[in-house]
Amino acid sequence: MCLAVPGRVIDIGEKDGTRMATVDFGGVVKEVCLEYLPDLQVGEYAIVHVGFALQRLDEESAKQTLELFAELGMLQEEFGDPWEQAAQAGGAPWPFTDDSDDSDDSDDVAQEATRQ
Amino acid sequence: MKYIDEFQDPDLARRLLDDIHSTVTRPWALMEVCGGQTHTIIRHGIDQLLPDLVELIHGPGCPVCVTPLEVIDKALEIASRPDVIFCSFGDMLRVPGTGRDLFQVRSEGGDVRVVYSPLDALKIAQQNPRNEVVFFGIGFETTAPPNAMTVYQAKKLGIRNFSLLVSHVRVPPAIEAIMQSPSCRVQAFLAAGHVCSVMGTGEYPELAARHRVPIVVTGFEPLDILEGVRRAVHQLERGEHTVDNAYARAVRPEGNPAALAMLGDVFEVTDRAWRGIGVIPDSGWRLSARYRDFDAEHRFSVTGINTREPAECRSGEVLQGLLKPHECEAFGTTCTPRNPLGATMVSSEGACAAYYLYRRLEITPTRTARTAAPAPTARTAERTATADAPLEASPVA
Repeated sequence: MCLAVPGRVIDIGEKDGTRMATVDFGGVVKEVCLEYLPDLQVGEYAIVHVGFALQRLDEESAKQTLELFAELGMLQEEFGDPWEQAAQAGGAPWPFTDDSDDSDDSDDVAQEATRQ
Repeated sequence: MKYIDEFQDPDLARRLLDDIHSTVTRPWALMEVCGGQTHTIIRHGIDQLLPDLVELIHGPGCPVCVTPLEVIDKALEIASRPDVIFCSFGDMLRVPGTGRDLFQVRSEGGDVRVVYSPLDALKIAQQNPRNEVVFFGIGFETTAPPNAMTVYQAKKLGIRNFSLLVSHVRVPPAIEAIMQSPSCRVQAFLAAGHVCSVMGTGEYPELAARHRVPIVVTGFEPLDILEGVRRAVHQLERGEHTVDNAYARAVRPEGNPAALAMLGDVFEVTDRAWRGIGVIPDSGWRLSARYRDFDAEHRFSVTGINTREPAECRSGEVLQGLLKPHECEAFGTTCTPRNPLGATMVSSEGACAAYYLYRRLEITPTRTARTAAPAPTARTAERTATADAPLEASPVA
């Protein structure tokens, strides 16, 4: 959660009156809120934390950071399946066996992260 | 300078290290505030590359670690309710409350969901109007603005089935508390870069001047840390104590004005308890009066839950820089990532987890034998079945 990851803006639009963007994080694409960096443009890079662009970043710095994160497996840590990671860390069984009911919406949200 | 070749720019790393080695004449103790910085330091062995005279002390900057047990217990109680969809960031799943964690609540049938962004939780509230959707709002100044925006959106869109369990904390009062401690050894701070991306640097000059302590705003990549240390050491050797920004590519002095404005609207400063440390005055945020309807503590009447933290976990001392993780009796024996006593061992940002993952060779047979005494709790007994893997060679040690 602490991680703030640089990403490149692919597309900008509006949702519920809020400025939103599609942002590419080295292959993982997510929806990001631009309300705190309203003048960010398509093609620019920003530091993104929990779905919010917080500060502009130059392209070279952003690319270097993304390469480093990928090498260290930190992108997987940030965008991978958190339940599976928690299960692995704790040695608990995975997947849950009683998953008949509520995997719908949470999975929908998780599926928004897609690999290009 | 073993293993320096793994740095992104080994030549620059060598130059920075040469500069630090040639500058230092006396012992200095520097605290890195951010848990992400701690992980970078341990993962890359930066503390081992530095001169013996420069000691890095790990600070309290892991939001997962400092969230009090009492708040975790409130989260567990709310998440267990049948009408509640409880949303959280993934790194809170295994943080132990009293007896269990969110992972277990989910396995017992609770509707616990992990979201990437707080706005995802709001979306879940829109999609499930008959459920109460609660988001676990923890974190420092970097995470508070996104959560503030989410509450603002909920109010604006008239979404009534959404609330926030708030446990936000602020860095400057923590620095103040550390400096006021009689046992404080910190002589300079590496301030958390992404906190300053939001807040700017305006809160620090007064702190630096009053405590005569250099504060260097630092990123969290290996070269960022070395540059932060280099600038701090230069100040210390010259007897200076100013605020210096070594992370200018992501930190502007004014921070992010839009985020600051939203923070000021949705939240107000309050005293806040830090796990293992206790209450630090003015060190947190709570929802301001205009947004109090979105406070999950009141909505679910869990304000009466008060939990005492177990004495066997010494994470409070680790968070204050008074104890290195491997100096704790329980480290690597009765306390491991699979069987954690406290949050500093659970969180991927925690100092204990960093030492365990990258410095396993420091667990000696002597210490293991000496510390085998404490009886396992129900939680530890349950998890003993999946005992930790044998100690492996550290990539940096």
